[in-house]
Amino acid sequence: MPREAKRGEVIEIRIAIQHPMETGFRFDLMGRSIPKNVVNSLVVRYNGAEIFSAEMGSGIAANPYLQFYTVAEASGALVFEWVDDSGERGSERATIAVNG
Amino acid sequence: METPRRRFFSMLAGFTAFVLLPGRNAHAAIESLAPLVNKITKGAPLREGRVKLEIPRLADNGHSVPLRIAVDSPMTPADHVRTLTLLSEKNPRPVMATFHLGPKAGRPELATRVRLATSQRVLVVAELSDGSFWSASAEVEVTESACLDAS
Amino acid sequence: MKPAWLLAAFLVSVVHGAEPQKPAPLKSGEEFSSADVRAMQADDFANPGMLWVARGGKLWNEAAGRGDKSCAGCHGDAAKSMKGVAQRYPRVDPGAARLVNLEGRINLCRERNQQAEPLKLESDDLLGLAAYVASQSRGMPVAVTLDMQNRRNFERGRELYFTRNGQMNLACTHCHDRNWGRHLLGDTISQGHGNDYPIYRLEWQSAGSLARRIRSCFFGLRAEMPAYGAQDLLDLELYLAWRGGGLPVETPGVRR
Repeated sequence: MPREAKRGEVIEIRIAIQHPMETGFRFDLMGRSIPKNVVNSLVVRYNGAEIFSAEMGSGIAANPYLQFYTVAEASGALVFEWVDDSGERGSERATIAVNG
Repeated sequence: METPRRRFFSMLAGFTAFVLLPGRNAHAAIESLAPLVNKITKGAPLREGRVKLEIPRLADNGHSVPLRIAVDSPMTPADHVRTLTLLSEKNPRPVMATFHLGPKAGRPELATRVRLATSQRVLVVAELSDGSFWSASAEVEVTESACLDAS
Repeated sequence: MKPAWLLAAFLVSVVHGAEPQKPAPLKSGEEFSSADVRAMQADDFANPGMLWVARGGKLWNEAAGRGDKSCAGCHGDAAKSMKGVAQRYPRVDPGAARLVNLEGRINLCRERNQQAEPLKLESDDLLGLAAYVASQSRGMPVAVTLDMQNRRNFERGRELYFTRNGQMNLACTHCHDRNWGRHLLGDTISQGHGNDYPIYRLEWQSAGSLARRIRSCFFGLRAEMPAYGAQDLLDLELYLAWRGGGLPVETPGVRR
C-alpha cells in the first residue's frame, strides 16, 4: 500500500501471508492425515475502524494473497490481523500519511 | 465412394452438430450450489450481472488460480457492496471465502488466488446494501501436471 | 601440479563434445511459462517466492549458534556483500575440498563461523537464506568456472545428464535439448536451467531448491529419486549451471 495519499483517494492494499493453508485432505509419507490448518480470518482496521475482513477456507491457495481497496481518510495506521485454525495469530502494521 | 456431395453433407452435419450441442452455459444457475446460495441470500433471488469475475479459462495449476472480482457499485454509504462470497462447484468445501466490504472500501474490487480441485465453475455472489444479490460465474479447466511430482 | 596437456585435453573434450552441449538460443525457464505465471514472477509482491526471500532477510540478521553471530555480523549488508555470489555456484569449497551448492555453502558458513547446526536441507529456513542470497545477484549472469578441481564433478554431471533413467528410459537431454518448446500435455518443456532457483512452484505450494526439482524430474521418469544431498544431484547442478551460463540469475522464480 502507498505510504502517503490525498484525502479521499482510493488506495490499493495488497497482502501476502506465508502460510501452507493445509486443506486437511493431504497425507504425510507415513499415511497419516495432515490436519486442516488454514488462515480462516483476516481483519483490517484503519485507525481502529474495520474497513475489510475475510473469512477464508481451504479453497484459498497456499501463501494467501489478497488485493483490495480502501479510501484514504486520515493519517494513521492500518492494522492487519489474522488467525489460523490452530489459533496462531499474526499481525502487521503500516502507517499512511494523508494530505489535504 | 466419397462424392463431393457426400463430403458436403457430412461437413454440414458436423457443423450442425456443433451448433446444436447444448453447451454448459456458465451463466446458468449452478444447480448443485442452489441450496448453499439460498442460505446466503436467505431466499432472495440471485440475479446475474453487475459482477465481473476474471479467472483464467485454463488454470496453470489447480493449486493456485488467480482471480479478480469487480462489482458495478458506487460504494457510497447508501449504495455499496456488503459481502462477496466465492463458491466452488466441485471443491470438497464449496465456500472458498467470504469478503466483507462496505462504504469505506472505496472500490468494489478484489483479487486473490484460489485452489480448484478439478475443472469446474466458480460462482461469486455479491450482496449489496439494498439487500439484492448479484452474481457472476466462470468455467475453469484444471488439468494434472504432465509429469507427476512426488518430490 | 597437473600437466598442462591434461587441462588442454579436458578443455578440448568440453568444447568438441559429440552431443549438442548447450541449447541455442539460451532461454530462461520463465520464457516457457504462461503469461499468468510470468506476471506472478515479475511482481515482487505477488511472487510467493519473495516470502522466502523476506524470511531469509530476517534470518540474515538473527544471531545463531554458539558463536552468537548473525550473517550480518560478518557480511553486513547482503545487497553489497552477496552481490555476485550465487552466480558462481556450485563450486568447490577450498576448506571442505568438495563441490557445494549455495545451500551447502551457507551451511558450511554456519558450522565454521557461527558454530551453529547446519540447517536441514530443503527446510524453509535454508530455502529462505538461499533465496535471499541468490536474489542479491538478480540480473547477473550465471558464471561457474570449470577447472581441474571440479573437472570430475562436471564430467559426472554431464554423464548423468545424458544417461537414460527410470521406466520411461529417458535422459535429461531427450526433453530439455531435443524437445524444449514442445508440449507435454498442457506443459511446455523448458530448457531445464537452474538460474532462478530457489523457485516457488505452484505444484509444491511452496518454495523449493534445484535439487528438489531434479528429484521431481526423476520421479516423472518413474525413476528412484536421488536423496537430498546426493553427490549425483550436486554434480548435475554443476553441469546445469555450466550449460545455462550467461543466463541471468532471476531468483526467486515462479513455476507452475
